[in-house]
Amino acid sequence: MSEDTSLKTTPLTGLWQSMGGRMVPFAGYLMPVQFPEGVMKEHVWTRESCGLFDVSHMGPAFLALNDTSLKGDAAHAAIAALVETILPCDVAGLAPGQLRYTTLPNASGGVLDDLFVGRPKADADQGTLYFVVNAGCKEQDFAIIAEACAGKATLTRADDRALIAVQGPKGGDAIGNVGDGPKRLGFMEFATVKGPYGEVVVSRSGYTGEDGFEVLIAADKAEAFVRTLLATAHVKAIGLGARDSLRLEAGLCLYGHDLDETTSPIEAGLAWTIQKVRRERGDFPGAARILKELSEKPSRKRVGLLPKDKAPAREGAEIRNLAGEKVGMVTSGGYGPSVGGPIAMGYVDAAFAAVGTELDLIVRDQPRRWVVAPLPFVPHNYHRKG
Amino acid sequence: MTTKYTKDHEWVSVAGDIATCGITAYAAEQLGDVVFVELPNVGRIVSQGDEVAVVESVKAASDVYAPVSGEVVDVNEALAEAPEGVNEAAESTGWFTKLKLTDPAELDALMDRAAYDAYLAGL
Repeated sequence: MSEDTSLKTTPLTGLWQSMGGRMVPFAGYLMPVQFPEGVMKEHVWTRESCGLFDVSHMGPAFLALNDTSLKGDAAHAAIAALVETILPCDVAGLAPGQLRYTTLPNASGGVLDDLFVGRPKADADQGTLYFVVNAGCKEQDFAIIAEACAGKATLTRADDRALIAVQGPKGGDAIGNVGDGPKRLGFMEFATVKGPYGEVVVSRSGYTGEDGFEVLIAADKAEAFVRTLLATAHVKAIGLGARDSLRLEAGLCLYGHDLDETTSPIEAGLAWTIQKVRRERGDFPGAARILKELSEKPSRKRVGLLPKDKAPAREGAEIRNLAGEKVGMVTSGGYGPSVGGPIAMGYVDAAFAAVGTELDLIVRDQPRRWVVAPLPFVPHNYHRKG
Repeated sequence: MTTKYTKDHEWVSVAGDIATCGITAYAAEQLGDVVFVELPNVGRIVSQGDEVAVVESVKAASDVYAPVSGEVVDVNEALAEAPEGVNEAAESTGWFTKLKLTDPAELDALMDRAAYDAYLAGL
């Protein structure tokens, strides 16, 4: 069997292959879906100790103001104003070193991508923003950002570097070797840290529901960094399979599945990503629909679902009310190793979105009884400063 | 007792006119952790190649095909409570169904162990 040579690799692909990673195509990249221990053990290890994930397929980038005469808060205000034309996030209100999760809405209020935007901490870096977008949306997102800022700011991609997620309750101990800075970060804060692996961007964020870090590091330093972490007893390499089951248990959306160009951030339960100041101004793409759904409530909602029996339901399974009428669709479904059973998320008509509502999910033409459940399925274990 | 294998990675072990069927260790390893098995009703008549069961891993559901034609006379109920039994012993206690053969000649066209191993080596 020959490997598809059109697939891109990351700075860590060779390491994963040497470790027995099962490599699969994902968003145009050759990525490890699991290691020899398997998804179940990898998942549980991450919740209890620390999992290391290669997420170099994602799209990190820096956007810098062309007018370098502006400094400090004035520079940040200027770059924030440019991207607030395309994002519903209060970028202007970001504190230095703060990261926010946001969406890129289209003109009709659907979601083109979900992403992170951050304001650097250092005075010298004001007028720059840090973005991390989804792998499958990189070209589209970068084009939209570049167009919104044409002539005023310049986007520099950083997806030639490695992006490594270090997730789990022991992540803080593991990350210490890039310097002292990371452990001082609060949840959703980031910093540029200089240490034994050169200059790295570290954020306290992730996609597992656990405390953790995401590290943007030069391609030629990545393998040494990863090998050092993996040499410690509490860190193991984890594949994309467990990344998916971890994020589903944490109730986090996967773009292209739980979010797409037809779903609004309000239907998705992401109203919290649109800060008050932006709601009041209503000056972002799709504002008409998004503001209407905020005031009148959306007609459908993203919900969690738990089965009465043991059969998993997968993406695309139809959801019916007990009268047999279609009221929704599963958008992510699988097995939650920490829950110990199947879990799913989907969109249902608002009348059926209350926790405790019984519904039938159609699995291989058979209705199976499920119940609307609160999200997340597993409590978030994010870092709290104290 | 004769054991034969299919290109879809099912095994069938025949004693008299009863064929015990399951998925191979290779298939179980490829699937990863099995979390659910859906088995057919006893009494169902299946033709060779029919979808007879479903095996679900953390990530995906996969069909299991009948390696031979026959009537389902027994299913491995233990897998309902402990689907991980498929990973632990795919080619013995992790069996799925017992079929009463209707066309024993179908077995002749399936692979023996040596042929299946050669087939795996070529994948």
